[in-house]
Amino acid sequence: MTQQPQIDTSPHVSDEVRKTTCYMCACRCGINVHMKDGPDGKRQAAYIEGNRDHPVNRGVLCAKGSAGIMQVNAPSRLRAPMKRTGPRGSGTFEEISWDEAYDIAASWLKPLRETAPEKLAFFTGRDQSQSFTSYWAQAFGTPNYAAHGGFCSVNMAAAGIYTMGGAFWEFGQPDWERTKLFMLFGVAEDHDSNPIKMGLGRLKARGARVIGVNPIRTGYNAVADNWVGITPGTDGLFILSLIHCLLKAGKVDLDYLARYTNAACLVNEDPASPEFGLILKDDDGRDLVWDRKEKRPRCFDKPDVTPDLSGSWRNAGYSHRTVFQHIAEKYLSDDFAPEAVAETCGIPAKRIHELAALIAHTAFEEAIEIDQPWTDFRGVKHDKMIGRPVSFHAMRGISAHSNGFQTCRALHLLQILLGSVEVPGGFRFKPPYPKPATIHPKPHYGVKPGQPLDGPHLGFVHGPDDLALKDDGTPARIDKAFSWDNPMSAHGLMHMVISNAHAGDPYKIDTLFLYMANMAWNSSMNTAGTMKMLTDTDESGEYVIPRIIYSDAYSSEMVAYADLILPDTTYLERHDCISLLDRPISEAEAAADAIRWPVVEPDRNVKGFQSALCDLGAKLGLPGFVNDDGSQKYADYGDYIQSHERKPGIGPLAGFRGAGGTKGGRGDPNPDQIKAYIDNGGFWLSHIPQEAQFFKPWNMAYQNWAVDLGLFDKPSPYIFSLWSEPMRRFQLAAEGHGDRQPPEHLRQRIRDTMDPLPIWYPPFEDTLVDTAEYPIHALTQRPMAMYHSWGSQNAWLRQIHGRNPLYVPTRIWQENGFTDGDWGKLTSAHGTITVPVAHMAALNENTVWTWNAIGKRKGAWALDKDAPEATRGFLLNHLIHELLPPKGDGLRWSNSDPITGQAAWFDLRVKIERVAAPAEAQPAFPPIKSPVPKAPANVTQKVRQ
Amino acid sequence: MTTLPNQTEKKLGLVIDLDICVGCHACVTACKGWNTENYGAPLADKDAYGAEPVGSFLNRIHSFEVQPETGPAQLIHFPKSCLHCEDAPCVTVCPTGASYKRTEDGIVLVNETDCIGCGLCAWACPYGAREMDPVEKVMKKCTLCVDRIYNDNLPEEDRQPACVRTCPSNARHFGDLGDPGSDVSKLVAARGGVDLMPEQGTKPVNQYLPPRPKDEEIDVLAPFLAPVTEDPKGFLGWLGKTLERLG
Amino acid sequence: MHPARSIIIFTTLSGLGFGMLVFLGLGMPRVTGGTAFAFFAIAYLLAVGGLLASTLHLGHPERALKAFSQWRSSWLSREGCLAVATLLVMALYGAALVFAGTRIAPLGWLGAALSLGTVYATSMIYAQLKTVPRWNHWTTPALFIGYALTGGSLLCGQISLAVPFLVVLGAAQLAVWQMGDKRFAHSGTTMATATQLGGIGAVRAFEPPHTGTNYLMTEMIHIVARRHVGPLRIIAFALMTILPWLLLFVLPFHHLLAALAVLSHLAGVLVSRWLFFAEAEHVVGLYYGKR
Ligand SMILES: Nc1nc2c(c(=O)[nH]1)N[C@H]1C(S)=C(S)[C@@H](COP(=O)(O)OP(=O)(O)OC[C@H]3O[C@@H](n4cnc5c(=O)[nH]c(N)nc54)[C@H](O)[C@@H]3O)O[C@H]1N2
Ligand SMILES: Nc1nc2c(c(=O)[nH]1)N[C@H]1C(S)=C(S)[C@@H](COP(=O)(O)OP(=O)(O)OC[C@H]3O[C@@H](n4cnc5c(=O)[nH]c(N)nc54)[C@H](O)[C@@H]3O)O[C@H]1N2
Ligand code: SF4
Ligand code: SF4
Ligand code: SF4
Ligand code: SF4
Ligand code: SF4
Ligand SMILES: [Mo]
Repeated sequence: MTQQPQIDTSPHVSDEVRKTTCYMCACRCGINVHMKDGPDGKRQAAYIEGNRDHPVNRGVLCAKGSAGIMQVNAPSRLRAPMKRTGPRGSGTFEEISWDEAYDIAASWLKPLRETAPEKLAFFTGRDQSQSFTSYWAQAFGTPNYAAHGGFCSVNMAAAGIYTMGGAFWEFGQPDWERTKLFMLFGVAEDHDSNPIKMGLGRLKARGARVIGVNPIRTGYNAVADNWVGITPGTDGLFILSLIHCLLKAGKVDLDYLARYTNAACLVNEDPASPEFGLILKDDDGRDLVWDRKEKRPRCFDKPDVTPDLSGSWRNAGYSHRTVFQHIAEKYLSDDFAPEAVAETCGIPAKRIHELAALIAHTAFEEAIEIDQPWTDFRGVKHDKMIGRPVSFHAMRGISAHSNGFQTCRALHLLQILLGSVEVPGGFRFKPPYPKPATIHPKPHYGVKPGQPLDGPHLGFVHGPDDLALKDDGTPARIDKAFSWDNPMSAHGLMHMVISNAHAGDPYKIDTLFLYMANMAWNSSMNTAGTMKMLTDTDESGEYVIPRIIYSDAYSSEMVAYADLILPDTTYLERHDCISLLDRPISEAEAAADAIRWPVVEPDRNVKGFQSALCDLGAKLGLPGFVNDDGSQKYADYGDYIQSHERKPGIGPLAGFRGAGGTKGGRGDPNPDQIKAYIDNGGFWLSHIPQEAQFFKPWNMAYQNWAVDLGLFDKPSPYIFSLWSEPMRRFQLAAEGHGDRQPPEHLRQRIRDTMDPLPIWYPPFEDTLVDTAEYPIHALTQRPMAMYHSWGSQNAWLRQIHGRNPLYVPTRIWQENGFTDGDWGKLTSAHGTITVPVAHMAALNENTVWTWNAIGKRKGAWALDKDAPEATRGFLLNHLIHELLPPKGDGLRWSNSDPITGQAAWFDLRVKIERVAAPAEAQPAFPPIKSPVPKAPANVTQKVRQ
Repeated sequence: MTTLPNQTEKKLGLVIDLDICVGCHACVTACKGWNTENYGAPLADKDAYGAEPVGSFLNRIHSFEVQPETGPAQLIHFPKSCLHCEDAPCVTVCPTGASYKRTEDGIVLVNETDCIGCGLCAWACPYGAREMDPVEKVMKKCTLCVDRIYNDNLPEEDRQPACVRTCPSNARHFGDLGDPGSDVSKLVAARGGVDLMPEQGTKPVNQYLPPRPKDEEIDVLAPFLAPVTEDPKGFLGWLGKTLERLG
Repeated sequence: MHPARSIIIFTTLSGLGFGMLVFLGLGMPRVTGGTAFAFFAIAYLLAVGGLLASTLHLGHPERALKAFSQWRSSWLSREGCLAVATLLVMALYGAALVFAGTRIAPLGWLGAALSLGTVYATSMIYAQLKTVPRWNHWTTPALFIGYALTGGSLLCGQISLAVPFLVVLGAAQLAVWQMGDKRFAHSGTTMATATQLGGIGAVRAFEPPHTGTNYLMTEMIHIVARRHVGPLRIIAFALMTILPWLLLFVLPFHHLLAALAVLSHLAGVLVSRWLFFAEAEHVVGLYYGKR
């Protein structure tokens, strides 16, 4: 043996660690950015790892998070403000100064504000500053503001909030520590990327069972102990069948239902009554339940009330029955028997019976108890916390369908019938949730030229009176949110903005102001059509959408379609706050929020978008953005974060408030607040007391804690809405009651779909296209190592997913005689694409799918024009239209959920055919000119050799 | 240095749990990030933004589909990096001595300044655990983060490989597989950890924990639910009685 | 395996060169002076040229000297050492022949043995690789030596030896192709052992770890190359055995024909060497569902 080389096993790691928040996706993990001084002496980001103290990720990072270095160095980063010089869509720009950019923007926006503020439509993508951007839009006075939730997952969010005062998404989580059976519906990745992975790891370590319900068996569904390869769009039916089995066997938590839900509330049964289907109220408008001891209706929250699930009562000539009786009657019907739904769902009846039995067994035979006394809102003292260790999580797989809202409601109904919400082992909310739907704002749309809007844009409607309609009954908003088309569209409908603005329906706009949304490509349906609408001109040669301002950080496809570009920084170069007013980083055990701060200085002439809005707001003189003397109020977003107060004592950040930074939740602004966050690792956290950890909607200890923290102004306990009165109110209107009436063409649809109890109906596309001609379902999934379109500019990530085949199940593969390397032509009622195919066996036999947003337009993202993303990568979006196929009534219906307006991405039906390989994936579009210089050939990323 | 030590003091390695790897590639980029900035030359990417990007990575995630005789096909995500074999053929073939196995912990390393980039070690490795750097032209392989696991500049808890530290689902474990009392050895014993390609005679140190059985019948656990009643009226009767009992 | 040009040229030429040196060392033909110089020059050009070509394959040829250090364990290192030793010994031996006109026979025998050893070492670089079942067999060195002896005898004008060598080599090559075709299957390494998932059911590669290519795939997986194997085997066989045999044995002897026979053989060896690499499948391909 010769001598083995001596190596340094203890090298210097970095010169400094800066702790901030990841933004390679919206999961908001804490990161340690290791900084090193480069050869030029400049301190640079060298290595990124997870922050172990951080509540979201506890040290772990996903593939994107660790590849952040390559995002911060990406050649696609925009370099300076730009104004368009060539035709829209060509990508020809001239770099300008920020002053010129602001001048241009102000010259467009000022006149609008003074005359018709609604002619500005301001829509933002998946940012985490919606409380700020909406504040700006409100100050401007336009009703046309929303973020991307409408095309994303509003069904999930709204169904959760309307039903139980909070949603899955990132607003709640399974009790990872205690759950014994976890069922996952339609999730490939979700916003809670790392927490879900960590949770699954914990479940597996404990031997808890995981069941994946998904047509596709990859990722989380691949590690699930059992896989239910359901037919897309049928989860609602499957869930209602589980409910059928559970009810039939009496396996529901009656005590829980009586205490914490409106199951014991009394529903008006008389079709002739104007209150038909509504819940009996007392004089203060509060829900009445049937009291079993006193044999009379009493207000649900009376201290000694004993709500009776089987009560009925005749009052003033109208008969009333409990919600629970409606539930039993509806779901005990044989229509929901496993044998009746098996074929539609593609799940054998036996399997549904088995699953129902397993769920019941786990919830009731394996119940857990925690010795923790607590007191509920009626003053009843409980000496322990009883848990039903069955938990669920779901996301776009059930929500991105036109029956998604009702399907999400069905899932919540199942959870609640089991008594597994906010109990140990079940599902838990994260602050600021739970929160009753009624204390959310309602939508505001009161426009006065030169004035701010009369209140927040988005909110929760509770009946026809809350709709955002003009006096003539037409939609007040450009996206037709909160109109009869989709009354409960709590997040707006970003996916309809361009097409409505182009059609001038409900009216024309002047300036479209977009932020962080790649609308000319992967975030639109009908991508080619959208590009056309963005470039279309009228008779006079003017663009139909006259002006487009866009803020992006990178050279995305959308950049080419804007007239004015406000270049943003990367996430390591700016201030951000991940706020309790918005989408914070809370956990079920704690409220928490976080910041981003400039850990590196931008080396380009770019500015954080929010800071640019502070400047622009001041230039336009928007209230809230100028001081009394007219000077600019917030120097930049960092300044806003620290000094803005929503209400006295409540600001964007809840931590380190007050002089000295000693207050949490409520407190005066603290000029050293950001510094305190930085010193604390970039976040702030406040634990929920032990006694308040579960049963939060009804737990007085929680309610009081939440008030102290400023989440509520007063304790706001509530009961879950199994029976949805807001929905019933719309249905009632459609039945002819009340004076705000839906237009005739929508009447029937509202009656059919807005059932106050969860129902299932086939996805709209199924009823409008010939399913014999288009027998196949086509889906997309998010790759864990890519974030929508941004990942492709990342030299590391694009090697993992540089192109995307269409995965075809065995039966279809064989029927078409496909072999490896083949191409297929995929046709929907709306369009055709020709793409590479690949075989997959672990897939629902009627479903094809591909990874989302891998396909790229030539010329974008500083990629070579022959990049595989552009030549073999493709989007399914070309096949999906924002409108449904015509149904012969002369109207084109939006391809959305009829209740919330959620884009129905996953309703798509297609047919497939084997074809000769074309030179590149079709359709192919001409390249756009790159607004950034050519990328270097090789990358050898190392700060210090 | 090309001869293998007869014995190493420790057998440090990874244990990879195929039951829970969700195939997220987190370990891939964490590895790339750490090893680019640390041991040896950076892990380069050739044609990084072009038509055929090729970079060197020390850890990659495959995925396989397995079709059991009955039941649906299963999908298994399969991470793969150097297995730090006891009988490492990559070491003995190396003409320069650049490849070696450390006597103290069994880590197989490439001394990049001695490497002539002949590629023979990569040919000798059955697992595809070595990649020639496309720009630096030296052989790259998993270092088991030898510059982390003993690094005094890192807090104690961070002295573990970058890929292990980052794995969100805890599918990767690091430790001394030579010590039967170590956590990793116990895990391997409990879960029936296996060698990859045992017939190649490489005696890999890294172990793979096989996926637990999937899609097993569940009715054994919980027999079908018995209805409380067959008709809705009966249900109300049951409800009344049960509520009575609840008090 | 990737049929890299540098490696094909290296193994072919150096095989021929060292093959020649075997015969020269044994005094076949017995040459001295200018003729000896010519023979040695050709042998050295082939041997050294081949070795130089092999350095083109290196990422860091400037460090090539380091490759002599690991002769205790590495066949590649051994090959280098043996080659140098051979060239030195044969230089002495050749110098004596050329300049002194004397043949130091024991030195020639030593050189011949070293030459054979070098060829053997070269072959063992491949034959030792369990990862490439087609190569991992005693027939690999046998064949390499067979090639060296056949080519060497041809180049050294040992027609009486060359003709039987051609026949034996041809038969051996056919047998090796035959046997080689089955060896991967017989090696016992399968997707099931590679993944250890075979206990669950039939294993199929689903998604690769990266959508583009990487070093492993370009180096070890050559499906495209193998599509042309059938006709190429016929061409190789014809060029390296049948044609030279016809030219030398069936047709009346002529120097031009002999030269043609040598060239034909050389061409045939190049093709068969291309096949040697292109047909070889590395077990790592199993992880990619390709071989
Ligand atoms: N077929 C199909 N289509 C879909 C979906 C699907 O499942 N299937 N999903 C839909 C859903 S849920 C969503 S949310 C959308 C997402 O679609 P998009 O919201 O369009 O998502 P991205 O592609 O991430 O585009 C966001 C834009 O933000 C830019 N950006 C990134 N970082 C920054 C920054 O720091 N500042 C600024 N100013 N800009 C930045 C990017 O460069 C990019 O141009 O896609 C939708 N489209
Ligand atoms: N890595 C990464 N993470 C992301 C994103 C990203 O781009 N990359 N995007 C973020 C965004 S904006 C969002 S909205 C979330 C979305 O997170 P997910 O909800 O996980 O979104 P998708 O990837 O669209 O996954 C939808 C899943 O539903 C399944 N599915 C489709 N139809 C049905 C059905 O009818 N029934 C059932 N049961 N399943 C069905 C699909 O097979 C797929 O697995 O992810 C966020 N996180
Ligand atoms: S999940 Fe990944 S990309 Fe998203 S914030 Fe966390 S580390 Fe960053
Ligand atoms: S990080 Fe963990 S879960 Fe993700 S691919 Fe690697 S081993 Fe698998
Ligand atoms: S896995 Fe390959 S590179 Fe690693 S020690 Fe074993 S043979 Fe060598
Ligand atoms: S490539 Fe380098 S490490 Fe590998 S065998 Fe050659 S010299 Fe040794
Ligand atoms: S141990 Fe270190 S070098 Fe090896 S795969 Fe993990 S991160 Fe990469
Ligand atoms: Mo989304």
